[in-house]
Amino acid sequence: MSTYEILFWFLTVMALSCALGVILSRNPVNSVLFLIATFFAISGHYVLMNAQFLAIVNIIVYAGAIMVLFLFVIMLMNLNADTEPQKNRLVQFAGVISGGALFLVVLAALRTSSVNMLEQSPTDIGLIKNLGKTLFTQFVLPFEISSVLFLSAMIGAVVIGKKEEAVSEVKQ
Amino acid sequence: MPIQYYLFLSLALFCIGIMGTLMRRNAIIVFMCIELMLNAVNLLMVAFSKMYNDASAQIFVFFIMVVAAAEVAVGLAVIVMMYRKVHSVDINILNRLKH
Repeated sequence: MSTYEILFWFLTVMALSCALGVILSRNPVNSVLFLIATFFAISGHYVLMNAQFLAIVNIIVYAGAIMVLFLFVIMLMNLNADTEPQKNRLVQFAGVISGGALFLVVLAALRTSSVNMLEQSPTDIGLIKNLGKTLFTQFVLPFEISSVLFLSAMIGAVVIGKKEEAVSEVKQ
Repeated sequence: MPIQYYLFLSLALFCIGIMGTLMRRNAIIVFMCIELMLNAVNLLMVAFSKMYNDASAQIFVFFIMVVAAAEVAVGLAVIVMMYRKVHSVDINILNRLKH
């Protein structure tokens, strides 16, 4: 077993077990921490596949910004108690059955497909220089449009999150 | 490493996300499971980008992250607003959408 395979299996087991921890833990704060661990495992997979830029962006944006936002909201609502009401057993069982059925169907469909090996030769398409060139030549229009998307999302979040009293004061 | 391993790994992550979305009642956990499904797709897309030696897929993953960040900002604002109205984040009492 090469180092690559050992790292691959370690990161795979870590990602899957932490993902199960997200949906099985009773405390929402524990779920957030498990999800952060899952994102770190996925970033490890990106590094193994020579996508260093995406690995760093994944850690900064997901584990750094988005999950902190989640944690902040959970703390704000004082939800870090284990008092979440559960769905009844039948609905939980139906959820597991439907998710597992999708898994089995796609697994059976893809099991006999032709095997393509990911060669371990070092490529430089995942480096910042190469991705930046592609982003600012071929994909420059979507990149600029995404800034408009961010602006509208920011305004939308502020407007939605505003308190009701403030809105009524403005109207008067 | 065969591409199938990455296919099955991201498939398993996606199905775990679906199970969590269907099983839990806390709106924030459901939201986190949606993020998990987005990340499973990202992982598969990076694997295909490595297989075909093409940078476009990685740019696409970058845009998925951008959209996910905007989505989280708006979605959490909606959840906070709902918590102010009904003092709960239970999705079972969201079926009325009013009062």
